[in-house]
Order: sequence, then C-alpha cells, then structure tokens
Amino acid sequence: MDFQVVILAGGFSSNLVPLVSKEVPKALLPVANRPVLSYVLDLLESNNLKDLIVVVEGEDAALKVGGWISSACVDRLHVEVAAVAENVGTAGALRAIAHHLTAKDILIVSGDIVSDIPPGAVAATHRRHDAAVTVMLCAQPVSGPSESGGSGGKDKTKKPACDDIIGLDSLKQFLLYIAKGAEIKKDTRVKKSILCAAGKMEIRSDLMDSHIYAFKRSVLQEVLDQKPAFRSLKEDVLPYLVRTQLRSEIFSDQNNVEENGNGNGKNNMQNNEVVLSQILSNASLPSFHQVYESGLDSRKTHKCCVYIADESKYFVRLNSIQAFMDVNRDVIGDANHLSGYSFSAHHNIVHPSAELGSKTTVGPHCMLGEGSQVGDKCSVKRSVIGRHCRIGSNVKIVNSVVMDHATIGDGCSIQGSVICSNAQLQERVTLRDCQVEAGYVVCAGSEHKGEIFARK
Amino acid sequence: MDTRRGALAVPKVRRVGFFTSIEPPPESSQRPNRSQSGPVEATTSSSPLSNSPSGNLISPVLIPPSRHHSDNLTSRVAAAAAAPVPVPGPAAFRRYVAHDRSLLHVGSYNPPDSLLGTSTPSSNGEFSEDSASLFGFQRSDSTKLSASFPNGGFDLTLAVRAPQESETKITTASASEGKKKIAEVSGKSESVTTKPQKEKEPKAPKDKTTKAERRAIQEAQRAAKAAAKGEGNRRADESGRANPGKTAKKPQPKKERLPVTSSVSEKTAVAVEKEKRMDVPQTLMQYDDRSRVDKAKRRAVVEQTESKNKVELFLHLPQYERGNQLPNLSSNFFTLDSIHHAVYKVGLQHLAGDISGDNARCIAMLQAFQEAIEDYITPPMKDLTMDLTTKINGYVSFLIECRPLSMSMGNAIRFLKNQIRKLPVNLSESEAKSSLCSDIGRFIDEKIILADKAIVQHAVTKIRDGEVLLTYGFSCVVEMILLYAHEIGKKFRVVIVDSRPNLEGQKLLRRLVTRGLDCTYTHINAISYIMREATRVFLGASSIFSNGTLYARVGTACIAMVANAFSVPVIVCCEAYKFHERVLLDSICSNELGDPDAVANIPSFRTNAKHSKTIDNNKNLQFLNLMYDSTPSEYISMIVSDYGMIPPTSIPVIVREYRREHLLL
Repeated sequence: MDFQVVILAGGFSSNLVPLVSKEVPKALLPVANRPVLSYVLDLLESNNLKDLIVVVEGEDAALKVGGWISSACVDRLHVEVAAVAENVGTAGALRAIAHHLTAKDILIVSGDIVSDIPPGAVAATHRRHDAAVTVMLCAQPVSGPSESGGSGGKDKTKKPACDDIIGLDSLKQFLLYIAKGAEIKKDTRVKKSILCAAGKMEIRSDLMDSHIYAFKRSVLQEVLDQKPAFRSLKEDVLPYLVRTQLRSEIFSDQNNVEENGNGNGKNNMQNNEVVLSQILSNASLPSFHQVYESGLDSRKTHKCCVYIADESKYFVRLNSIQAFMDVNRDVIGDANHLSGYSFSAHHNIVHPSAELGSKTTVGPHCMLGEGSQVGDKCSVKRSVIGRHCRIGSNVKIVNSVVMDHATIGDGCSIQGSVICSNAQLQERVTLRDCQVEAGYVVCAGSEHKGEIFARK
Repeated sequence: MDTRRGALAVPKVRRVGFFTSIEPPPESSQRPNRSQSGPVEATTSSSPLSNSPSGNLISPVLIPPSRHHSDNLTSRVAAAAAAPVPVPGPAAFRRYVAHDRSLLHVGSYNPPDSLLGTSTPSSNGEFSEDSASLFGFQRSDSTKLSASFPNGGFDLTLAVRAPQESETKITTASASEGKKKIAEVSGKSESVTTKPQKEKEPKAPKDKTTKAERRAIQEAQRAAKAAAKGEGNRRADESGRANPGKTAKKPQPKKERLPVTSSVSEKTAVAVEKEKRMDVPQTLMQYDDRSRVDKAKRRAVVEQTESKNKVELFLHLPQYERGNQLPNLSSNFFTLDSIHHAVYKVGLQHLAGDISGDNARCIAMLQAFQEAIEDYITPPMKDLTMDLTTKINGYVSFLIECRPLSMSMGNAIRFLKNQIRKLPVNLSESEAKSSLCSDIGRFIDEKIILADKAIVQHAVTKIRDGEVLLTYGFSCVVEMILLYAHEIGKKFRVVIVDSRPNLEGQKLLRRLVTRGLDCTYTHINAISYIMREATRVFLGASSIFSNGTLYARVGTACIAMVANAFSVPVIVCCEAYKFHERVLLDSICSNELGDPDAVANIPSFRTNAKHSKTIDNNKNLQFLNLMYDSTPSEYISMIVSDYGMIPPTSIPVIVREYRREHLLL
C-alpha cells in the first residue's frame, strides 16, 4: 500500500525514571511480562505491516532493543533498528533517518502504545482525503485505579498536564487547532483565516493525541529540512502544519515547476486536464480548503485530517509511572485480549512452573510468571509478578507490579507499587505507592508511602 | 456464420419489440406497398415521440456525424462479419428470449407456411442486415429516424410471430391482405406484451423457483439453443434457395457478404464466440437469492452486515448497514494486498460519498486503473492479458462492494477489458502497459471531456435570451452549459430544484452564484409551482437505455413529468458513453439503495429524544433511500449527446452503430 512504518521507541525516558535503567530502556519495560514494544509490533503485524523501522535513542538502548527484537520476532518481521543520538527529539530522530524513507506516505507510531486500534484506519483516512498529515485521536483514558484512594489525589494534579486542546471542523474530519493543555495558561491564539474558512470550530479537551500519525513523506521531509529548529513532532511539526494549512509553503515550489512545464505548448492538453480536475473537484463536497482556495486563487493549501478512534477501543500510552500501572492492570484485566495469553477459569494466569505455598491465594486479574515461588499464606490481588521471583510467606501484594528476579521477604505488604527486577525487599517491609529501582535493597521492617527508591 | 447471425438477430428483434408497449393505433397506419418494408412504414407516425405533446415543441434535429455517408457500407459489412450482439439484461429477459426463439422456429419451419415463409423467415434471419439498410435509409432522412426504428422492430416481431399464431387464417402474404393481418396481429400483441411479465414472475422475490424447476428451465433453454442452431442451418439453406425468388435488392448484399463470412467464419468463429460471451453483461445479482449472496459474501473484501429492516420490494438489491462498512474497510487497509492502493482509495471515496456524480466516479476509477496498470508487473509464467484481466476483475468487484457501479462505469470497464484483450501478443510488457494507459487517457479525454464540450456547444444553441432554465440536482454537464451560456453573454435565469437528503443542488447553486448567474433555489416539493416560470428543463443523466428510458437521480422523473404537463421541453444532457443497450421499464429491477439513515436524519427532528426513540427501534418502520429513477422516453423532448441532438428513440441506433467504435475507440 506504499506505506512505510516508523516506530519511535524512545530511549531512557525521564518520566519513568526508577523503572527504566541502563538495562531496561523504555521500549522493553514489561507489560504483563512482555516488553511494551511487542504490543506495538503485534498490532502492526496483525495489520500485515511487516517492514518496520524502529528508531531508538542512544546506542546502548538500540543494542538492547535490537537484541530483543532479533530474538523475539526475527522470523516473522523485517525490522530495521536505527540508533539516533539522545535528546534529538522525535523530529530530530526522523531527520536522522530521513534517507531511509522512500514510500509515498509514512506511518509514525510511538513505541510505547498498548492499543487495539487498527493503524490501517488512520492510513485509510489519510489516503481518502489525500491529506498532508493525519492524526489519530482517541478518548482520554480513565486513569488511576478506581479503588485506591491514595493515587486519586495524584491523578488530579497530573491530569491537566497531558490534556490536549483540539479544534475540529464541523464534520470532525479536519484538524484546525492543536495545543498541549499545559502550554495554555490564560489565552491562546487561533488563526483567523482558518476560523473564517471553516466557519465553525469545535474545541475538544476530551480527546487525546495518540501519537500515531500518517504523514505525506514529501511534506514531512520538507518541513524537517526547512525548519531545523523543530525538535518534536507533536509540539513543533504538527502545530506548524495545522497553523499553515491555508497558506502552505510546502508544495509551492513543486507546483510552480509543474505548471511551467505544462504551460509550454500543450495548451489543449492542459485545458483538458483543467476540465478534468474541475469535474473531479466539483463532484465532491468541497472541503473548506477548496472553498478557500477558490476564493483567493493560486493559494496552496494542505489538509490536516483526524481519525477519531472508536471509544470502545483500548488505547494507553505508557508515558508515566501511573500509566505503567494502569497498563499492567488493564492488560491482565479489562483489555485482556491484548495480552495474548489464555486466562484460567479464575481470570488469572499462573504459569505451570510457578510454585505456590499452602493457603496462598492468587486472585483474579493476576499473573504469575514462570519459575516464581510464592510462600505460604500469601495473597496476590490484581498484580503482575514476573519470572523467577521469590516471595516469602505471609506476603500481601495488591495492585502492584513485581518484575523478574525480585526477592520479597516474609511478612511484606505491597500496595500500588512497582518492584523492578533484581530488587530485594527484606522482611516486614510495607510499601504503598512506591517504586523500587532495579537491584535496590529495601531494609527490613521499614514502612514507606509514596517514595521512590533509587541509588543516587 | 449465417446460423449464428440468425440466432443472434432474434434477441435483437425481441429487444426492440420489447420496447413499445404502446399500442400502435391501426387507423393511422399507412398502407404498405411492399411486403418487406410494409410493417415498418406502417407505424411511422405512432412513435412515442410524436405521441408526446412535448415532441412537437422542439423538432428533433439530428446532426449526422460525417462518417455516416462514407462509412455506410463498410460498417454494415463489418457489422455483418462480426456482429456479436450480446444478449442484454437480466436472466429473466434472456430466458424469455430463449422461449420465444423456440416458438419462433416452430412457426417458421412449418412447411405449410412456406408461402409466407418466403418473407418471414428471411426477414428474421436477415434482420440485422435489414435494419442496417433501414438505418442507412433513415440516416439520410433524419426526421424519420426518430420514428421508425422501435416500432418497425416491433412489427417485425409480430410478423414473425404471425405464422404460428394465425397459422390457419393466413395463407398468402399478398399486399392486399397485409392490412388485415396487421390488424389481427396488433390485436394479438396484447398477449405479446404481457408475456414479459409472466415470464418474469419466477424471478419475483416471493415465489422462488425450486432447484428442479430451474434446472428444467435451463435444460429447455439448452435444447432451444441447440434446436436454433440446427434450425438456422437448415433455414439458411432454405433461404438461400428461396432467395432467387425475391426482389433484386435483397440478394445483393447477401451475395457480397457470403464469401466473406464463410471464409473467415471457420477461423474466427471460436474467437468471436468467446468475445461475444465476454461482451454479455453480467447478469445482475439478485440479493434475495440466499445461496448466491452467501457465496458472494465469502469472496467479499468489504465486510457487510445486512440491514435489519429491509424494504420488501427491493429485496433483490444490496442493502447493507452503512455505519460500519467504512470503519471495517479502513481498518483492513493494510491487509488488502491484492487491491492496488489507488483503486482502494477510489473505493473508499465511493463508499464514503466523497465522490459522487457519474462522470467523476468514472474518471476517478479510470485514473485509478491507469495507476494500477502502471504499477503492474506480470508475474513469471503468466500471460499479461489473462492476468491483468483477472486483476482488473478483482478491482472491479472490490469497487462494486464499495458501491454498486453505475452504467457508465460498466461501459468504461468493458472498454478497458476489450482493450486488454485486443493487445497484440508480440507487444512487450512496458509497451502494452503504456498503450493501455494511453487508451484509458484517450477514453477520458474523448468520451467524457470532449463529449462534454460538444454537448455544451450543442445545448447552448437551445438557450435564448430571457429564458428561465430549470435544472434538477447537480450535473456537471448542465453546469458547464449554464456557465458557458453565461460566458457568451446570454441573458437567462436559472431555477435550481433540489431534493433531500443529498442536496447536491447547493453545490451547483454556490458555484453559479459566485459566477454571477441569476438563480432561484427551491426544493422538489415546490416543483409544480416553480414549473410555471420555467421555459426549458435541462437534466443530467446517469444512463440512457436503448428504449429511451432515462436513468437518473431520483426525482428526475417527477421533474420531467411535471414539465411535460406544463408543456415545457425537457432536454437531457448525456454523454454517449453512458448509453446502454439494456432495456429498462421501471426503476425497481435495477436501482441503488442509499443510506437509509440519510432519509431519517432530519435536523431538528432527531434532536427530540422521543422521536429518535420511535425511529430507531421500530420494526414497523423501514426507510427507503432510492438513488435513481427511470423516466419514460415520452417525457423527454430531446437528448443532447456528443453525437448531436437526438430524440430518445434514436438511442438504440447510436448504441448499435457506434458500439464497435465505442470499443475500438
């Protein structure tokens, strides 16, 4: 279909600091004991997209990601892993790999997405409108575990930051305005010409940019070349394209050349072509771009389209610790069709090689990785426990994620926390809403709430 | 060769005969002088056009294309050499033909009829040639052209039928008895004209034929075909012997043709037969036929859920839920490798309604095919002609799933396939591809754009200063006409009549007003009021069938009839590539169903929660959003096509005479 897919897998995200480390880049964070990147790859593979370019920030991370990809899906997919320098931003990353891009349209997918929205829908919308860029929007997810009151307060402070303010036209086809909610303090500027042309603008704050974009390659490369200062797709390139959609400078050069070429001699043919294009454009309901164009002749426009995903579809971006908890909970809970595992009758997954002590209960929506040992009288609820973990007796784990090879001593109580791989919790530790870095040792008998354990 | 021609000519007779359901008034018939052409001339004055009051308002002017005079003979010979006349239309119709044929032969083969047979079987066998000469004659006299063809055909069938129906009564075919015979026959014609309906009944949605019955019918058809072949052989011999007894005019073309056909026939017979089979338009799929629908569904690319509340009368048309078709198709964007992306895009646009209007849809499709052919690479060990045809077939069926094709698109596809088939074998792949692409480009240029320009030039002559032109909906040709007339400084006013739910007229209105035309905009429910003002009605067309029936956006028939009642001439603008050899009597058999929700969606009506509840979950409520309707030819004063201004009765002539050229381009 003449689409190239670029996965922006990022590097070591600062948002996820205690969870990611030199060993575990963001793309390899486990979600239900699978790297988050595998969800994206599965989604693309199910849509028959097998030629992928994965862009990773930093050489080390690229090596890690490349190693995992080659071990996991070398036989099914044709994946190219490209390393770019750290902190170049998404636009910089694309600039770095621009010479790899050859197809007519580029589908750019963020590597931290756990979703079941078919990317084909974006591509189809993009093609249908012949747009310069198409953005997939989806409904704002309900974040935070509903029952734990502690994190609820944290949510409220965090939530406005990730909000997007999005302006749509009356048919919800075109993007007229986009801004990050955090950027808007008191007032904002909307292009008057766009507002006049479109007639009506609907401002939404319940939608979220999903970081799945379809770009016309020529447009993307032109913008990246012209504006070397642009660092981020979402914050620079996309608002720029939206802003300039009625006075596009992108195509002007090419079209002039074409027109000059046609003008020499073949008057009749060109005349026919004019009629032809007129018939075609008259047949369709003119978008406001065309109306605007016809009003002032020879102005170039481009279209910025949106695809609004169905609300029934699942979509989460793993870009914060809270999101990490949510994703883990959902994948083995509500959105368990994504995980690819088959659930037992108790709605949980206990690997056959896992050992459970006597009187230990593993509740629904739980997952126990292979080779893990759980002592007596333990209780595991709504949690994911990785491979080869050793958990002592009388341990209570609720709403938590325990990664591979973690050790938890007797009598611990863990709630709403993340224990990274190789971390060690000594006896009678009580944690609530904490994150424990990989390899960290929490002293016996301590009690913590909302803390981050990391080596300085 | 003769045998085939004989067999083929019959459906043609049938087709034309099918057309006039109007009883020719016997009083007005002139006395025939010759037994041959008598019945033809007998009904010259009873054409539908001259019957219609509007027919007198604009005298049908034919601008005969220049090739007529020079090409006359050669085209006739060519037509005779390989005149694969496809049997048109739905299966029901064909079945009818088969029956008719078998009956026919019973009559013509009877030895006691040999007296009459000197004229009838030969006129039957040589009909194609006969009519060619007829038209040669008529072309020179353009006013007669309008009248004589369909009725002539009609009477010929009756004459053919005469022997078996009034076998005992008629013993001679003398000219003096001619009148009585015709009177008798026209008395019988009631049974003839009602026959199609009887034959169609097994197709009706309610009582389906059982498998056994269908098989029986098929067997009968096969037998009839075989009989027809043998029959034709013998009859050819007979007529060959009988020929010397006839007038000197007749055997002349026969002699000159015979050697040609016999020498070529052996070789080309198979090829021609094949060609003929491919030329036969696909029988329309009947969507109330469970098993076939299921079969089609398994092949389908687009996931379609059938709508729940279907309208009984239109069960045979595809009716699907619109809501989830587009999301389903678009989410499969990457999994459909077999469909070229350009074709896919066009399909999406059709489905989403981004492109509407026949010309635009056709152009978009052809351009997509052009792109697909450019990107096409013949797989190893495969033949370009075969493989590309199957590829195109796949694309076409995909497009049909997105939205049923219009007649004009069908014609364009037929042209393309023909072009692929006719590719010389020794052509290299790149040459073949470029020639196909240029052919498509030429089709777009000549058949659509230049045709539009020609139509504009013709139609503008019909616009005088101070007139009020009424148009309905949106047609790109009508728009071009109006704009051009405005450009050359004619003073006129435009009334745009529009209808829900598409409100296409608004597009037209917007553009006309920006160009400074004086417009009035109204909806179709005000037509009887606004028609008083109009002096001329310009209509667009989706297709025109060979009985002159206009197939266009729903509401057109209403406009034409009201205009007729107000004695306002109705001018239909239609490119010749939209003409179709099928015959359509009503708009039920073939139509398209639009999104039923579009009808239900009334602004300010839906907002009321109570109303929407009663609408959404009511089993007793069915929405019907028909897309097209058919306007009988008597309501059309004139058709402006790229071949000039013609009466609707001339459509079959154009279709038949230009079809070869159509395909060859």
